[in-house]
Amino acid sequence: MPGAIHAEGLVKTFGDVRALDGVDLDVPEGTVLGLLGPNGAGKTTTVRVLTTLLRPDSGTATVAGVDVLKHPDAVRRSIGLSGQFAAVDEYLTGRENLQMVGRLYQLRAPAAKARAGDLLDRFGLADAADRPAKTYSGGMRRRLDLAAALVVSPPVMFMDEPTTGLDPRNRQALWEVIKELVAGGTTLLLTTQYLEEADHLAHDIAVVDQGRVIARGTSDQLKARTGGERVEVVVHDRDTIAAARAVLARYGPEGRGGDAVAVEDHTRRLTVPVTGGAKLLAEVIRDLDAIGAEIDDIGLRRPTLDDVFISLTGHAAAPGEGREEPGEGDGEGRPHRKEPAA
Amino acid sequence: MTTLIDTAPEVPAPRGGLARSVADSLVVTRRNLIRMTRIPEMVIFGLIQPVMFVILFSYVFGGSLNIGGTTDAAAYREFLMAGIFAQTVTFATAGAGAGIADDMSKGLVDRFRSLPMARGAVLTGRTLADLVQTTLTVVVLAVVGLLVGWRIHEGVPKALGAFALLLLLGYAFSWIGALIGLSVRTPEAATSGGLIWLFPVTFVSNAFVNPEQMASWIRPIAEWNPFSATVQACRELFGNPGVVQSDAWPMQHPVWASLLWSLLIIAVFRTLAVRKYRSATA
Repeated sequence: MPGAIHAEGLVKTFGDVRALDGVDLDVPEGTVLGLLGPNGAGKTTTVRVLTTLLRPDSGTATVAGVDVLKHPDAVRRSIGLSGQFAAVDEYLTGRENLQMVGRLYQLRAPAAKARAGDLLDRFGLADAADRPAKTYSGGMRRRLDLAAALVVSPPVMFMDEPTTGLDPRNRQALWEVIKELVAGGTTLLLTTQYLEEADHLAHDIAVVDQGRVIARGTSDQLKARTGGERVEVVVHDRDTIAAARAVLARYGPEGRGGDAVAVEDHTRRLTVPVTGGAKLLAEVIRDLDAIGAEIDDIGLRRPTLDDVFISLTGHAAAPGEGREEPGEGDGEGRPHRKEPAA
Repeated sequence: MTTLIDTAPEVPAPRGGLARSVADSLVVTRRNLIRMTRIPEMVIFGLIQPVMFVILFSYVFGGSLNIGGTTDAAAYREFLMAGIFAQTVTFATAGAGAGIADDMSKGLVDRFRSLPMARGAVLTGRTLADLVQTTLTVVVLAVVGLLVGWRIHEGVPKALGAFALLLLLGYAFSWIGALIGLSVRTPEAATSGGLIWLFPVTFVSNAFVNPEQMASWIRPIAEWNPFSATVQACRELFGNPGVVQSDAWPMQHPVWASLLWSLLIIAVFRTLAVRKYRSATA
């Protein structure tokens, strides 16, 4: 049985640019798919097709079992969309925005009003509820946008880079909301440029590049292909490199000894793949201290989107800052509203 | 913990097409009217411009133009008002265009298009809100007109008929604006794109000079201009001087011509705009 979101062979071209070049997706009900890729990969175009905003040149898609191309209006009754840029009316108050959206989901006025109040409370916007959204901070606007997508708690949610540009505190708060939704059974398709975010929220990850899904799997599977976490140490004294290497080898993959530790002599940098996360760092520091190796710098390096991309495609994730996604603004020329690659 | 979901209201079964269209259009109209109260300077600038036109035309051109056989400045002011009324209502085009273009560029059209709402409601809500603003402007303009000496001579019912034709023309032109707003990239482009072609439309007409004084090739254009029909109808219904004597059908039957032109413009441009909206930003 196809999932809550199912797409086959989606193709969309804008002029010479193939924004989607045969995208296949399947998201089982109640799970989260993270669509991971750099600017210009086709993430937003995919979301726009699945949310009925854009007709593909070819391919088929169903959302909540309904054909997106044949019955777009029925699809709209089952979805919520939270965009990359907060699509709220900045001259309306938070409350007015949510009531309007509720009415347009065909709720009666009292139901729309009650739901707006609940959501404003839940998203910590009660105090600002009757101020125009223009006066909101970026994080508050994003929360309002997400609340607007949740007015009817649709069974299928689409979030296009929900945390791009948010500070860590707001990002964390949004993640909590997303987890709550998923715990309640919502199916979610989430696009992101951050591997960490996909790792944190998604059951499955599809890596997209140049309009195609180039890899899919759980984050562990992807990380296995990418190389996982590494501890990087810069020692102060060149003479301690050999001893430090012996220490680090104990934390590397079993049976590989010192071979697992990459050494860059001129920068006095040693790198070793590890499993075990941040708590490992304290042990490494203690052990290096015990042998008298002074440390200039130490850190746990997680695989980044770049690492994933380099291992999957051989090229970096973000080819130059400010490259824009074809169709992200739109083919007919709405101005691009992309932020630079993170 | 799942308050987000447990307390969520059910999406009601879809209502019939017309009921939903009307309800959704009114929701969007209300939203646009709330916006106007939050940006009062836009409404105020919209009022100042036509008032300025009345004063400039009355006291700069008044007395230098021959109206109905007289160069009396008072006669010109009475002649002028129908033209200014009509020009003012057609400037609603720019407001509608800028509003729609703004919604597109801010991502609001995406939000609306992802909701299970009537397809034409965003545009209808925009044009209806503009109609409210146009009505307000026409009222202010009528007061200023009365102050500079404009009068109605054929009774209140006919005058109300003239105002109805004016508002219908303004509503029709705001659909042209909606189409422009969907077709350009920025609100600024929509404003200038909404105004630039209005100048020839409003000047190649009977609004400010009598077409009988125009070159023979341009005169039929002026007489068949939809805008001229409304101006002529207003002069007849207000009983103002300067009614064009011509064999052209719209000048002979200006009320019908005005009505038909406006309905035709609505039918054509509403269809085009709603079609454009359905694939907007795509």
